[in-house]
Amino acid sequence: MSLRIYAIAYLVFLYAPIVLLPIFAFNDATIIAFPLAGFTTDWFGELMTNRSLHTAVKNSLFIAVMTAILCTLLGICAARAGAMYRFPVKAGIMGFIMLPLVLPEIIVAVSLLVVVVQIFDMGLSNWTIIAAHVLICTPFCIAILNGAFQNLDPSIEEAAMDLGESRFSAFRLVTLPLVMPGIISSMLIAFTISLDEFIIAFFLSGTSQTMPVYIWGLMRFPASLPVVMALGTILVALSIILLTIAELLRRRGMARAGVKDKGGFL
Amino acid sequence: MFNKLTSSESGRGLLLISPPFFYALLLMAFPLGAIILFSFWTQNFMDVDTTFTLNNYRQIIDQPIYGALLQRSLFVSAVVTVVTVLLAFPIAYFVSFHVRPDRKSLWLFLITIPFWTSYLIRVFLWKVILGYNGVINTGLLNIGLIDEPLTFILYNINAVIITLAHAFAPFAILPIFVALEKIDRSLLEASRDLGENKVMTFFRVTLPLAMPGVVAAVLIVFIPTIGDYVTPELMGGAGGKLIANMIQTQFLALNNAPLGAALAVVAMLSVTAISLVFILLNRRWLRGRS
Repeated sequence: MSLRIYAIAYLVFLYAPIVLLPIFAFNDATIIAFPLAGFTTDWFGELMTNRSLHTAVKNSLFIAVMTAILCTLLGICAARAGAMYRFPVKAGIMGFIMLPLVLPEIIVAVSLLVVVVQIFDMGLSNWTIIAAHVLICTPFCIAILNGAFQNLDPSIEEAAMDLGESRFSAFRLVTLPLVMPGIISSMLIAFTISLDEFIIAFFLSGTSQTMPVYIWGLMRFPASLPVVMALGTILVALSIILLTIAELLRRRGMARAGVKDKGGFL
Repeated sequence: MFNKLTSSESGRGLLLISPPFFYALLLMAFPLGAIILFSFWTQNFMDVDTTFTLNNYRQIIDQPIYGALLQRSLFVSAVVTVVTVLLAFPIAYFVSFHVRPDRKSLWLFLITIPFWTSYLIRVFLWKVILGYNGVINTGLLNIGLIDEPLTFILYNINAVIITLAHAFAPFAILPIFVALEKIDRSLLEASRDLGENKVMTFFRVTLPLAMPGVVAAVLIVFIPTIGDYVTPELMGGAGGKLIANMIQTQFLALNNAPLGAALAVVAMLSVTAISLVFILLNRRWLRGRS
């Protein structure tokens, strides 16, 4: 019983910052503090007219979509190889691919910065951010896709091949529909991570800013903070919707693969 | 050659694993190598001098600020890790042992949601909670517990630790939960049948079996926290800056990338060394018990 109380207190701690977000987004005062003033939707209105924000959002969406596609493709390769085949130094290779999960982001950022700018003398662009985001998102995609691929019975694909399908079309016609929910779930998670990522984007963005980098810039100006709150409210709502879809799909994928749901993304 | 690869099981496995493997090799291993190499070079305004030198490392040793920052960073990371893992363990235990199986994934979902929302904005909101006119101060003033706002909770190390412990919570909960889920429940019954009480069963059966999860949680919190510069920048105030802020400054503001690279290498080596010592100590502890 006391554990349950602790658990609820812990959830309050986890949700405390997010609950405040909409409160200040609708608060009619430029200072983010209590006591609250009146109700307003002005801050959301300001979002609609802000040109540089729109460019930043467009950049971020492009980066997030490309990242989601690319790292899910890499994730599918790794999850399928891990689930279906035995090969030399498998555990070592898998561990190596999952390593970005524990690598401090600033290390990823500065090492890529050095390679791109100092060694190859190339300019920074959205693609440098995409390259880095794919690296850090792939382990998350693999973790999700493992759930979809792991307990898939290899004999169904073999049956399709025995019935005359090629290896690839057996994969496409039999396995792919079964793991589809996992794939979409993995893309949504990668999209969310990439959209929110700041530390790496700050180092690797070229002339065009991403949305978190733009928000970071706004944070220096106290007057623009309510707008940040409004933007944050929209982002959090969007994240929660995407994650709920991802979770529902992940569960459906587990059910299709015939796995008992053990819960959790990781 | 290609046919030979696709005809055997291990060949097909290797072929399939090669795209993610080479991606990690090119974008992680190679840049990490490059940054180590780079830390032995020097930079004069925009020109990089590629003669091998230990000057950057000498500078880090000679000037006390770098050592102090590194020490403070390691201290903050260690405290954050201890706090996060200690707070996380009961939650993981609760979800694994006390929640109905069909409700478990709902609990995990609730725990992970805050983690996926914009990090920058979450950090900023902690400022709103802990600030001079913040939620805690106004709340405590209103109920009359304090007469003037508390100032020790923002713009110092405490604020950095609270914010980071919040940010890394799910990272600690999930590995511990997975380890607890793997424990065969009949072992616990056996322990009780053999006369151990609840508390001793926890310490002699559950905890040692959950240790792999705790170790994973420690590593997954301790190592990445060293690389965070957002939280110290926003929450730490003047005295709360950490090594990651210095690395960022060297790269972006001071244009001394080689020194920044050397600092990054030193920070990375320190966390890796501490992590390895921790793993070894834990192994010895577990072996000593069996």
